Amino acid sequence: MEILLLIFLPLAGALISFLFGGSQQVKTVAFIWSLLSLVLTAYLLSGFDTASSIPQFVIDQPWLSYFGVRFKAGIDGISMILVLLTNVLMPLIILSSFKHAYSRPGAFYGLILLMQSALLLVFTALDAFLFYVGWEAALIPIYFICALWGGENRIKVNMKFFIYTFAGSLIMLIGILYLYLQTPDRSYDVQSFYQLALSSSEQSWIFWAFFIAFAVKMPVFPFHTWQPDTYTEAPTTGTMLLSGIMLKMGIYGVIRWLIPVAPLGFAQWGQLALILSIIGVVYAALIAFTQKDIKRLVAYSSISHVGLIAAGIFVWNTNGLQGAMIQMVNHGINVFGMFFVLDIIIRRMKTRDSFELGGIAKVAPQFAVAFLIILLGTVALPLTNGFIGEFLLLMGIYQHSIWAAAIAGLTIIFGAVYMLRMYQRIMLGTTNAQTSTFSEIDGTEKLVLGIVCALVILIGVYPNPILDISEATVKSLVELVDGKLHGVSTTF
Amino acid sequence: MSALITITVLALILLYLGLFKASKALLPVALIGLVVALVLSLMEWGANAEPIFSRMMLYDHFAVAFSGITIFSTILILALSKDYFERISSNVAEYYALILFSLAGIILMVSYHNLSMLFIGIEIMSICMYILAGIKKKDFASNEAALKYFLMGAFSTGILLFGITLIYGASGSFDLEMIKQYILNDPAGVSPLLYTGITLLIIALAFKVGAAPFHFWAPDVYEGSPSLITAYMSTVVKTAGFAAFLRLIMFSFAPIQDFWVPIIITLAVLSLLIGNVTAVYQQHFKRMLAYSSISHVGYMLFSLLALNGSSDNAVFVYAAAYSVASIIAFGVLILMQKQVGNDSFDSFNGLAKKNPFLALTLTIAMLSLAGIPLTAGFIGKFMMFSRALASYHVVLVVFAVLNAIVGIFYYFRVIVAMYFKQEDRKELSVPVFFKFVLGLSALVTIVLGVYPDFIAGLI
Repeated sequence: MEILLLIFLPLAGALISFLFGGSQQVKTVAFIWSLLSLVLTAYLLSGFDTASSIPQFVIDQPWLSYFGVRFKAGIDGISMILVLLTNVLMPLIILSSFKHAYSRPGAFYGLILLMQSALLLVFTALDAFLFYVGWEAALIPIYFICALWGGENRIKVNMKFFIYTFAGSLIMLIGILYLYLQTPDRSYDVQSFYQLALSSSEQSWIFWAFFIAFAVKMPVFPFHTWQPDTYTEAPTTGTMLLSGIMLKMGIYGVIRWLIPVAPLGFAQWGQLALILSIIGVVYAALIAFTQKDIKRLVAYSSISHVGLIAAGIFVWNTNGLQGAMIQMVNHGINVFGMFFVLDIIIRRMKTRDSFELGGIAKVAPQFAVAFLIILLGTVALPLTNGFIGEFLLLMGIYQHSIWAAAIAGLTIIFGAVYMLRMYQRIMLGTTNAQTSTFSEIDGTEKLVLGIVCALVILIGVYPNPILDISEATVKSLVELVDGKLHGVSTTF
Repeated sequence: MSALITITVLALILLYLGLFKASKALLPVALIGLVVALVLSLMEWGANAEPIFSRMMLYDHFAVAFSGITIFSTILILALSKDYFERISSNVAEYYALILFSLAGIILMVSYHNLSMLFIGIEIMSICMYILAGIKKKDFASNEAALKYFLMGAFSTGILLFGITLIYGASGSFDLEMIKQYILNDPAGVSPLLYTGITLLIIALAFKVGAAPFHFWAPDVYEGSPSLITAYMSTVVKTAGFAAFLRLIMFSFAPIQDFWVPIIITLAVLSLLIGNVTAVYQQHFKRMLAYSSISHVGYMLFSLLALNGSSDNAVFVYAAAYSVASIIAFGVLILMQKQVGNDSFDSFNGLAKKNPFLALTLTIAMLSLAGIPLTAGFIGKFMMFSRALASYHVVLVVFAVLNAIVGIFYYFRVIVAMYFKQEDRKELSVPVFFKFVLGLSALVTIVLGVYPDFIAGLI
């Protein structure tokens, strides 16, 4: 029952916001509502058994019985991490939008809460059909958020975004349907999918059907071309939702629905996926070097960082996966913080060109410190959250291949270079006529940046609680896939 | 069978009401009569239906379900007709009567058990539609539509009759059961006459539902006819045509699948491709709907690819989803044409700001037609894809999926225009009837999308 509340609480908030959200007051309501979800998550966390790899708080009700679809959802370690990330970030994202006065606020905050609902459905669904419904349902609100409140080019850019992701997910739907038709008991249950013994060539097809959908969402090179434009044109809140939470849908999908369902397909094509991810790491970093537009720079850096997470998954060992799990949280926090920092700058300075800025640290020292902490987290300095994640990821990749680790490790060096260069251009040097008017952060800005900085350092110093949550589930998944792969090598 | 009788009598009553100049009573009487017919028809839901009227008709679950959805759609469309016909001419009673007569033909088409009844049903329906397409006597496009529809329709009727004759020649019967028995008796020794007959029948029915490559009449007729009639044609008439198609193929010709499946695949592929690609290039909402309706025929043909008893459910859900969504689209179109005088995509610019309700319902309709989850259209497409996948037509499904992606382009153009393009415009006034029909249809679309169980396994 808790799960139902978790999924549908934001939906109720969305309806309230749609119906009664005439004035800007609705942002407070939305914020309080998202805090309710956070409280509920804390409650779930307190009752969560980290030693178990089995989904907990499971709800299993018939839904579309004619199609064999059940409303089956639950939380295991992997889901817990993402539920936690979603419900921690949501209040922060809503709080960070307080300085904006978006037109039609009722619709705006309604769509955000609607999206939260869909995301939670994706992260807790244990039925492939349910997962697919959540997957698509998350797309509609973000499309409207980006296309209604976005920048000048928003219509064209968002059409591209929509077509890309919709195409990916329809191909995934074929995969899901195919798997469903193979199950002996005609069910979409994730466990039934795990137990299928399909031939190697079938699994290859399944692998690609799912991989493309997830690769578009993350995005993995070469499926990333929608991302920089969409991030840049979206309203800041939309960018935070997309980069902070939504792209984790793709990563989560790979862990839950791709590799355990089609391990033989993974055995054949996983290496290629790994190479693509690593190409993405380097390629996006190189492009990030040349960006003058600060929002685009962070967009490319996000591709680079996510590429590393994807690589950590495609090596499929405990270290890589654990690194991916914690790095998803870190990336969510850091990229949110980063976009919020940029939002503060852009809102005050009305420019995204880093060359038109400079010397802001002199006029706004508190802001400069917060920006620096978040930036160091992003470039994975030891004792910040990013370090733990990237360290585990690189260790996992190293166990697989030293060369892959060496190339993927470049991300830390590259990241440090382009990020620090950006910081230098924006914050250091001499002030100009415009930047000298930069006013110090206040009120909600201080609060949000304070929380983000605290999280960056806290997780960096003491990451164990988060690692503990996912450990048991990650281990059991690794065993499951190894067992299937091993089983095959002995039978054939 | 009482539904058929009710509808026929109702049409006669309406003619008399027209005679006595009781034009105010026409719409209420028609609506009440149709609701009665709907209830009567649903009451015949029961087990063990036997062929009636000397085995001419069989009012089984299939017939009840499809009569239900066609009568329901007709009710919704007629509810939109308040003050519509009055603007065309003063012969309003005749128009209502014609629609109801055609509905009577449609009831025959979904419940026939004898090929002669199929023919009679199609003719009753078609002749009414030829007239209705041309009721705007002084309008060039309407006349063109009526003439084109009539000529093409007459051809296809001829082909249909020819096909029925050949089947009779081979099997010695018009009765669906007897034809089936004839095929089952000696599947290998079936006369070539029968194969020719089936081919001709499929061609004729493809004409009627507007499947490519027999679709050339459809865009012009849809565009030229008055929008309310177009709404009727593209929902009720199309559903009926499909039901007739399905009944014949499922019931009688299932044993010789290998022969007609390739034909159906060709029709489906061409319909999807031509309908979708040409819809992308349209600048007018109504013409876009006309082409997209061809592509929907393509999706519906998928259900015929795996015959193991649930094809009828798949078509039923798809037809229901498609009908309610189309009714919303045409409802908004009628308002737009009446009050703006134009239905190009640009005329929708900024509609969301002035008419949030209209924009919301139209968005739901477009999402449903595009097949986005949690709308009825998705469930329809989902059933079609699973039908085709179940019989391992994987390539075909991939092709259909690619087409569904193309569909996004043109369905989203309206949404983009309504929400994202700003323009100063006057608010459209929305009559109460419209609010009711659009709201109800949008609700049905969502409910079927979220919980389709109660109709998905119906038949």
